Amino acid sequence: MLVFVIRRSLQSVVVLVAMSVIVFVGVYAIGNPIDILINPQADQIDRERAIAALGLDRPLWEQYLTFLRGAVTGDLGRSFVHSTSALGLIVEKMPATLELAFSAMLIAIVLGIPLGLWAGLKPDALSGRTIMAGSILGFSLPTFWVGLMLIMVFSVMLGWLPSNGRGTTVDLFGVPLSLLTVDGLAHLALPAPNLALFNVALLIRLTRSGAREALLQDYVKFARAKGLSNRRVIGVHVLRNILIPVVTVIGLQFGALIAFAIVTESVFAWPGMGKLLIDSINLLDRPVIVAYLLVIVTLFIAINLAVDILYSALDPRVRLSEGGG
Amino acid sequence: MRRALGTVVAIVALAVASGAPAQSLRIGLAADVTSIDPHYINLIPNNNIAEHIFDKLVRMDADSRLVPGLATSWKPIGATTWEFRLRKGVKFHDGSDLTAADVAFSIDRVARIENSPGPFVAYTKAITAIDIVDPTTIRFRTASPHPLMPNDLSTIYIVSRKVASGASTEDFNTGRATVGSGPYRFVRYVNGDRIELVRNDGWWGGKAPFSGVTFRILKNDAARVAAILSGDVDAIEQPPIADLTRLSADPRFVVVSKISHRVIFFNFNHLERSSPFVTDRDGRQLARNPFRDLRVRRAMSKAVNRTAMVERVMEGHASPSGQLVSANLFGHVPGLEADAFDPEGAKRLLAEAGYPDGFQLTIHAPAGRYVNDEKIAQAAAQMLTRVGIVSKVETLPMAPYSARASRQEFSFHLLGWGASTGKASSPLRSLLATFDRDKGTGAVNWGRYSNPALDLLIAEAVGEVDDGRRRGLLEQATRLAMADVALMPLHFQFAIWATRKGIAYAPRTDEYTLAFQFRAT
Repeated sequence: MLVFVIRRSLQSVVVLVAMSVIVFVGVYAIGNPIDILINPQADQIDRERAIAALGLDRPLWEQYLTFLRGAVTGDLGRSFVHSTSALGLIVEKMPATLELAFSAMLIAIVLGIPLGLWAGLKPDALSGRTIMAGSILGFSLPTFWVGLMLIMVFSVMLGWLPSNGRGTTVDLFGVPLSLLTVDGLAHLALPAPNLALFNVALLIRLTRSGAREALLQDYVKFARAKGLSNRRVIGVHVLRNILIPVVTVIGLQFGALIAFAIVTESVFAWPGMGKLLIDSINLLDRPVIVAYLLVIVTLFIAINLAVDILYSALDPRVRLSEGGG
Repeated sequence: MRRALGTVVAIVALAVASGAPAQSLRIGLAADVTSIDPHYINLIPNNNIAEHIFDKLVRMDADSRLVPGLATSWKPIGATTWEFRLRKGVKFHDGSDLTAADVAFSIDRVARIENSPGPFVAYTKAITAIDIVDPTTIRFRTASPHPLMPNDLSTIYIVSRKVASGASTEDFNTGRATVGSGPYRFVRYVNGDRIELVRNDGWWGGKAPFSGVTFRILKNDAARVAAILSGDVDAIEQPPIADLTRLSADPRFVVVSKISHRVIFFNFNHLERSSPFVTDRDGRQLARNPFRDLRVRRAMSKAVNRTAMVERVMEGHASPSGQLVSANLFGHVPGLEADAFDPEGAKRLLAEAGYPDGFQLTIHAPAGRYVNDEKIAQAAAQMLTRVGIVSKVETLPMAPYSARASRQEFSFHLLGWGASTGKASSPLRSLLATFDRDKGTGAVNWGRYSNPALDLLIAEAVGEVDDGRRRGLLEQATRLAMADVALMPLHFQFAIWATRKGIAYAPRTDEYTLAFQFRAT
């Protein structure tokens, strides 16, 4: 187990370095942030001075080495446009995004797994068919459109819920959370389901097919023959066996929710990391882009590790070996 | 990280304690405010917030004319010295007096800001020395006559020497150093989300109508419109043109607009070498650059139907333009109209220039930088194709776009220019004067237009202290550039605001959204 974790960490460092090189070269190739940030009235000498002030006149490898030197000490550079620590900016925005992604995942699990199970148990009933038809909608409707429709109906037409932004926050262990206030929940009530929609559909389909397959297995027939209650057969024997793929997908999708909440964040003006990334890309604010991607890669690595460990808890046959994962 | 979290904690505590003021105004902004430090980076959204918290010596009115700010009067003393007299009894938000020493400190701080991608130094570097005559009199000395001094100083915000000494940009973002003398005081800034301000009852310019203001950053057009429709904000800037008809028709909302200082135009590539984006009808690169021929440039200007463009593409929210600055601005040439739509004349001119069958052209345009920029380029492409210049459009985001345009990679590209100084000297000097690194001219002359006669006129105008004579020279320069079709103006954008009924805003040429200019009706 320990060897497994150490090995994984070493692999992660390689991934992080590769990632930072790719982003550095990519952003360098797009252009120069000075061109869009400097006041147009500035003359050529002012421009050159601003470029030099940010170290952008140096060769790329030199800029990268400067970055690496800082990164080793935990300093991922200062944002060009905000003049604050890039990592600090991301950390400041992280609670908002995590909260949104967590709420969305919770909705997806609470709705997706029971509905999927129901559809798997009653594939021919009207209820089962309706659930499956609904999941197709969840897959195929674009997030931004659904988001706008939610705003149109619940904010503009009915006036029940706020159309944008994050509600009042309270601090829990120093982390500002809006999940704990009524105003905060009202602000989450539209973006969280919007972000969850795709995953609800995904979990429904995954659980349903898993359940249908498991129901045909010998151990289920055996359990029934033993005279176990239907509740126990489904709740313990079926559910436990279909959870492995579901947990994998939940893990991966949770990472994706954090990384790609961007669309939902911009439609609902949710002050999260995704919005920060888009703004930074538009302004070529390289330190923030690099820091963001490194944070996301780290998150993915951590989530994958957690998923692997969860596996072994769910299925005793899975062992965390050196080459495994 | 610890520090960032601590900040957030403090902010939250403050927000819970203060609550929402009763007579508070909520405004949806269309662009991100990257910092509260008024000297860090010269970006319009940042300046828009600074306008509330800080004062300047000279202000601009809704028509971009200079009016007294902290300075009640100013005059040149001799050829190279300007004297500004300060308003008496002005106090900072912390109760201390604002004196000439704070002004000197602020101008000095601009030059000392490090690592700024867009510093304000362009407006202070002419100043070689500052003399504090007495607490309300300050003199600026320059190396050569500098008639634009009041203009330059209309961009510099005055901070408190006592509080801002040694303060970093972060200290302004957290509010520690954010002590100004303006109509609103700083309450809190949440990056990418909101800025909250509360009224400064003792402002010398009179108490603002609303006791508090919350600016929300709503960059997404649909989200901004939804926010005003649902009543989450009281006013928004730049409502998307596609929604204006709906908003105007709705009795719950009011839409106001004004011709802005921003001109939208096409830049020609004036270099000798031809670019791969101009080819003959069979796709072969042309031997010479057709845009060096005045007849071709005139033909293209005649081929574009600006009236139709304004009516269809801009849905009436722009005004056709035949010059660089809109009426009201200094140096506008009365009666200089846009070229009339004349496709036959255009074809004749093309034939005369040796292109009876026209040629093929790729038009470049930024995506999402100016109002309907992509649609403008598409419409122009269709109009040009009709006279034989078979055109297609390529759009790209502003960052790579400006990088390539500034390297003269394009043949014919769309740009916008806001004459933020309110004077025609701004576009003439930056866009059309010959590119010269050491003289500081033509920094955005991306087409590399060069006309010695025009350069002479511009240089003379910039050094001319007499307003009347300077205006004459600027008008003369504009006429010369437009007769040569150095670039092809299309229209002046409108600055547009939508408010909830019961709230009125006097629209501004400079596109600023100023909370203290909103009134309850």
